[in-house]
Amino acid sequence: MLVTTDYKDEAGDGFTVIASGPAPSGRTTVELRLPLLDLNDRQAALNRAHFRAQGITAFNLVSSPGSGKTALLERTLDEFAHAVKCAVLVGDLETDCDARRLRRPHAPVAQITTGSSCHLDAAMVAGGANALDLEGVRLLFVENVGNLVCPAAFDLGEAVRVVLLSAAEGEDKPLKYPPIFKSAQVVVVTKLDLVEPLGFDLATALDNIRRIAPQAKILTVSSRSGAGLSDWYAFLRTTLEAGA
Amino acid sequence: MHEIGIMSSTLAAVAAEVRRQGATRVERILLRVGALSGAEPAALQFAFAAVSPGTAAAGAVLEIELLPARAVCPDCAVEFEAGPGFITACPRCRRFCGELRQGRELELTRIEMT
Repeated sequence: MLVTTDYKDEAGDGFTVIASGPAPSGRTTVELRLPLLDLNDRQAALNRAHFRAQGITAFNLVSSPGSGKTALLERTLDEFAHAVKCAVLVGDLETDCDARRLRRPHAPVAQITTGSSCHLDAAMVAGGANALDLEGVRLLFVENVGNLVCPAAFDLGEAVRVVLLSAAEGEDKPLKYPPIFKSAQVVVVTKLDLVEPLGFDLATALDNIRRIAPQAKILTVSSRSGAGLSDWYAFLRTTLEAGA
Repeated sequence: MHEIGIMSSTLAAVAAEVRRQGATRVERILLRVGALSGAEPAALQFAFAAVSPGTAAAGAVLEIELLPARAVCPDCAVEFEAGPGFITACPRCRRFCGELRQGRELELTRIEMT
């Protein structure tokens, strides 16, 4: 016997049980096909709809610790200044160091401290967004906890996922962390100014990115020298205009 | 290490279903986990052993079906399994393809109870 019923979880939201019924052995088998990150995915969908309704394009910046997410955002906030209103949610296990670095009179910034959690989830982003005055904001940057593993599984409701790889890391990093690079719409190679001094093989790194993340747009920048930043800004403007 | 959290929500859904069906015992739980889901089967098994005692799922068998990453080539319209290291090169034209057809799944698929 196959029956279809509505499943209700504790939040009272329902979804459909595909099939259930007693097996000959007296066992009851229930086919659920329930996404295990269902709660996060639903919150992410709410975030996405909320941002879209407010005309906000949200970016989720993911990378290893120390690959230059905050430095890139500092430059970006200064570039757009009053022309395009930006806001930042920045996640770390502890401290508000990054929020203090990013704070600008024209850009609301909130720090999310996750305690021991290794990634941001959609609920943290919703809480952080509620703490910000998003009036007039067009670009929202969510700087994830520095981690190339866990953030891959958590949709935050962003329009674009940006994965950063710095020249201070290995060229083979994209090959070592496939899930996060495969989930990227954009990969930004940062710290171009360190390519020479560190002997970073940029061509190999780019080749590795193309192999593992052929879907991703690739940009190369140095937040210190300013090289390549105009491409990053142009990408942000284009994405904003496209209403992504 | 977010497998504990994933397992906790899994067991909450299992408990709700056990109550709904009026069952007394969970015999078997099937999860389907994509190779690119970001969750590790061994860590999920560890999490299950750690958090299931005392819940409706205590003593049940946790079965995890690992789904390989599969991609599709936009030029050849060929669907294929990713090679070693999740490199998704089309077997026909060798182009690297970014459109995944399978591999991100992370679902509670089936519960068997008595």
